[in-house]
Amino acid sequence: MKGVRTVLALIVAVGLAACGSKHEETPRKAPDAPVVITAAGQIDAMRRGVPIDKEASPLPMARVENFDRIRPVNYEMQPPTIPHAIDNYQLTVNTNRCMLCHTRSAAKKFQAPPVSDAHYLTRDGKVLEQISSRRYFCVQCHVVQTDAEPLVGNRYEGLNTTLAKEEKP
Amino acid sequence: MIGGRLRAIWLRVWGWIKPFWTTVWRPSLHFSMGFLTLGGFIAGIIFWGGFNTAMEATNTEEFCTSCHEMNDNVFAELKTTIHYNNRSGVRAVCSDCHVPHNWTDKMGRKMQASKEVWGKIFGSIESREKFLDKRLELAKHEWARLKANDSLECRNCHQYDSMDLTRQSPRAAQIHQLYLGTGQKTCIDCHKGIAHHLPNMKGIPQG
Repeated sequence: MKGVRTVLALIVAVGLAACGSKHEETPRKAPDAPVVITAAGQIDAMRRGVPIDKEASPLPMARVENFDRIRPVNYEMQPPTIPHAIDNYQLTVNTNRCMLCHTRSAAKKFQAPPVSDAHYLTRDGKVLEQISSRRYFCVQCHVVQTDAEPLVGNRYEGLNTTLAKEEKP
Repeated sequence: MIGGRLRAIWLRVWGWIKPFWTTVWRPSLHFSMGFLTLGGFIAGIIFWGGFNTAMEATNTEEFCTSCHEMNDNVFAELKTTIHYNNRSGVRAVCSDCHVPHNWTDKMGRKMQASKEVWGKIFGSIESREKFLDKRLELAKHEWARLKANDSLECRNCHQYDSMDLTRQSPRAAQIHQLYLGTGQKTCIDCHKGIAHHLPNMKGIPQG
């Protein structure tokens, strides 16, 4: 009789312990360091040094900057970045949402910067009425910017900063 | 001459109608006044309720997407857009945009939809290729309808007077104020393709 009781108590205890460990909530931990450079010298942006058998807590999702102010370019011939959100803008073989405002004829109406003349040239230098097919897919060169933290430190100075420095002395 | 022929036609038609007419016109022999009035009243409620329930059933998303034509093409496209998936979880189903909310307009649209039943039976958009070939024509119908009723279905939810322009992006606020606020343009003029992929838009103004 006593033996049965002990066994029962054991079963209950084990059961409770099992339940406890199952439902125990892990407190939400702060995101891991943004970037870890592994021993092999690789930037580990995906797992950020968290071992493969542990769960990494991701960084907060970056948001697209949507303030409609033209950003300065950082170097000669840089395609300007897009200063607004382009969610669900259809850019397919059928239609090009960007060119609704950025085409030369409509740019003034929408107060949008028109695409440069180079976008109307064919490879052979022929001027077209419509945007050239080789410049059709805008987001090949022009991209939105997010508020994400840079993955690694960077000492690059943009065109304007460099020019200003040269003028000073 | 023509009068004589008309008279002959009328007499023949009257010959068919007459038995029904005399039955309807004669006072009831077996049913009481109370039964007929109350029964008529109750039958009316049942008929009217049933009619509206059936009408509502054809307004649901399940009904629309029960056809593969809708489910595999336009509904699949809707799922990627803000009218299906968004921050606050308020969403539009097919009929919110494609069927007027007013009763008379709704009946008119439902009668037009008999053409769509025809299309379904004869498979006018039964394959992806057929659908893509016809997409421009179908889209033009919807643009014309929304243009004609001043984007009524958009405005059932999106009212200009309730838009907080300061919470829109600067370019959206400016354009809305300039063109929507002054009534120069209506929603569909600029927002074609808001919920579905666009057909080839060559030569079609989009803004």
